Amino acid sequence: MSHNRLDRSAIAPELRRIERRLMLKGALSLGGLSMLSGCALDDEPSVERALSAMSRFTDRMQAMLFSRQRLAREFDASRITHPFPFNAYYDESEVRTVDPAGWRLEVDGLVSDRRPWSLAQFRALPQKRQITRHICVEGWSAIGDWSGVPLSMFLQRVGADLRAKYVNFRCFDDYSTSIDMATALHPQTILALDYGDGALPPAYGAPMKVRIPTKLGYKNPKYLASIEVTNRFPGGYWEDQGYDWFGGS
Amino acid sequence: MLSSRRVRPRRTPSPVIRITHWIGALSMLAMIGSGWQIYNASPILPFEFPAWATLGGWLGGGIAWHFAAMWVLMAAGVVYMGYGVLSGHFRRDLRPVGPRAIGRDMAQALRFRLSHAAGHYNAVQRLLYTGVLIVALLTVASGLSIWKPVQLGWLTWLFGGYDIARRIHFAMMTLIVAFLVIHIALALLVPSTLFGMVFGRRPSAAPEASIQEGAAR
Repeated sequence: MSHNRLDRSAIAPELRRIERRLMLKGALSLGGLSMLSGCALDDEPSVERALSAMSRFTDRMQAMLFSRQRLAREFDASRITHPFPFNAYYDESEVRTVDPAGWRLEVDGLVSDRRPWSLAQFRALPQKRQITRHICVEGWSAIGDWSGVPLSMFLQRVGADLRAKYVNFRCFDDYSTSIDMATALHPQTILALDYGDGALPPAYGAPMKVRIPTKLGYKNPKYLASIEVTNRFPGGYWEDQGYDWFGGS
Repeated sequence: MLSSRRVRPRRTPSPVIRITHWIGALSMLAMIGSGWQIYNASPILPFEFPAWATLGGWLGGGIAWHFAAMWVLMAAGVVYMGYGVLSGHFRRDLRPVGPRAIGRDMAQALRFRLSHAAGHYNAVQRLLYTGVLIVALLTVASGLSIWKPVQLGWLTWLFGGYDIARRIHFAMMTLIVAFLVIHIALALLVPSTLFGMVFGRRPSAAPEASIQEGAAR
């Protein structure tokens, strides 16, 4: 179920861009289609540009379809998937951990208060629980039980500019992703501290994971290290390699 | 009862049908190849599609192709469906006929004796084309329901939830592939139809001398 058996954590962004240039290589082996169309499908840069343009169009359509009022379905506890699967761009044996007492969430960008937050500060805020379906871009899905602080509440606490376009997440496992402000303010978007009745275990992103049931799995970062509010398009680990940025469900 | 009548002489199929047919055919092939690529990322059955038959090279590429082709297919589909209803093409040419006509035309088709009058669809064609249009609509609808299970939650619910909708999407794809095998085989058996679908007329300009009764309503 992992995207890639290789440990990509050590690979520099430059190398990733090269990989992205190669992402359509396999596409060109579809001889039947190029024969039928008669056009130069092996003109790789133009095909890639066309696909990127279509992907941005798909993102705009997804943003139009999105409603802050429409809620993801919530399930009974009996529907929870046991065990909830581990999934990352690396193997479960390579999960990184931090000392929860020393962990701080960095706050950056268009906010009035940039002081880092401790876990105790998050624990002091009202918590919201949800049993929702996590859907992976690969097609599989699993139902899990997360609790935490609504991201909208946190953004208000730090005086974020709620008219900004993007909220960017960086993680201490070198993962990153970013979302639109509308999704950040959705009532089911939470900074999860707990899974089930206990604290989030290392496999599920301890000490903090962003849980967004209106987005695909790759838009639900674990091992959170920093939150940035910005108008500059931030991209993300998988998005930079070709997954569509909106990734909504 | 069925009765013999002369087919109105007209250039057929119309340019709208021909253009949307070929755009639809190409985008459908792209959707199938990229869909197989996406399937391979997390197979629901104990097999994977061979890499040579997939489009996109990896999951991200497959998804990019799948959605790019989706918009093209939807645009061609909307034009085709709109034309089909407004021009009377669906009512006149594709509306399925009774089981007896289907049985007779099927028997003729199996003996390679089925007539192909220009501008006229026999009972087997009507059944296959109407069937594949319904299947295509279900494929698109079930695909939308697994793409947007929150925003289009009602649609996902209609298909029995995310996991069942995903299997329905796969099953509908299988039916489309089965249709393609039959459709392409029949088109190759009667090459003039292929010529007509490309150029809008038959290779011979002369009107068909005899219209077999089996093809007329």
